[in-house]
Amino acid sequence: MSAPRMSAKEALVAVHAARGERDVVVTTMSPARDWMTLRQHPLDVVLVPSAMGHATSIGLGIALAQPERRVIVCNGDGSMLMNLGSLVSIAAAGAANLVVLVFDNGVYEVTGAQPIPSPGAIDFVAIARGSGFASVFEHSEIDRWREDVQRILSAPGPTMALLHVEPVTGIPGPRSPGPAADRGRRFTAAIQQQG
Amino acid sequence: MFSGEQIAELLEDLGVSHVVTVPDSTIGPWQGAIEQRGRTRVVRVCREGEAWQVAAGLHLGGKTPLVMIQCTGLFESGDALRVALHDWKLPLFSIIGYRSYLNQDTLPGDTCLVFTEPVLDAWRIDYRLITTPSQLGEIGEHFVACRAAGKPGAVLIGEGKA
Repeated sequence: MSAPRMSAKEALVAVHAARGERDVVVTTMSPARDWMTLRQHPLDVVLVPSAMGHATSIGLGIALAQPERRVIVCNGDGSMLMNLGSLVSIAAAGAANLVVLVFDNGVYEVTGAQPIPSPGAIDFVAIARGSGFASVFEHSEIDRWREDVQRILSAPGPTMALLHVEPVTGIPGPRSPGPAADRGRRFTAAIQQQG
Repeated sequence: MFSGEQIAELLEDLGVSHVVTVPDSTIGPWQGAIEQRGRTRVVRVCREGEAWQVAAGLHLGGKTPLVMIQCTGLFESGDALRVALHDWKLPLFSIIGYRSYLNQDTLPGDTCLVFTEPVLDAWRIDYRLITTPSQLGEIGEHFVACRAAGKPGAVLIGEGKA
């Protein structure tokens, strides 16, 4: 019997409800597609286009630039595999304000749900712990995730939460919500305006 | 060619907030002096592609980062720098060690000499070649010019002899 999985969209909705007004949220790949269906915030960074795997690195940079602000990265498992070393870089930098949420669906969803290497066999929790993350969590049930999300986002960081989610098939990948350079400038202005 | 103290002072004068780096035997020893001065933070990453994206995040967050890697890491960096410099149009500046440029005794026929400058041209990065200690000032001048123009830039530091 396969492990239980929750809806990725519902898991994201819980994150959306829990994020604070000063929090930065970085999304990429299928989490970005679903995030864009929710109410947008000036401190959202939708990484479309992106260098696949680098949402955690962008998040680290923002977290170091804005240490008084929480930065939440919504990443996929395929993306995480492309940049596993970034977990070590995050811990080495002591980015206590960074939260990495790994949406583990076992596939490269936006390209048609081809399996990632060794789906189900990769222990992201052990990798995050072994990389030096201060807090590591794992969730597969939406009710528990809803109950715990606020506590997890506020845990001593850097924090990683592995979320087992159902793959979604037949839906195109995320479309760019507009010129990236313009969005980047607006984001920086929003950060500076908020102070 | 340059001491860590010279580079640390230069970065401080330029207002560089963070150096995101993977070391080589020329640029790596500068880290200690940069950290000792304390005004520019050293951010160590595991792979050079990461460096561009961490720098991108720092820039978006309102800081003035600089990427410091060897040319071999530039080759590894392709998509990460393409997205940061050209899709998101972030004016990131880099110091890139040019392996074997001054001396090929260790690696005769090093193909870094074949590919480094064409790769920078392909990525449309405006660079200056630094081959003598007297060119220290050119690093800062090019940094300031690129910053004023709002465009990416790089300096290639010739490596291979002291």
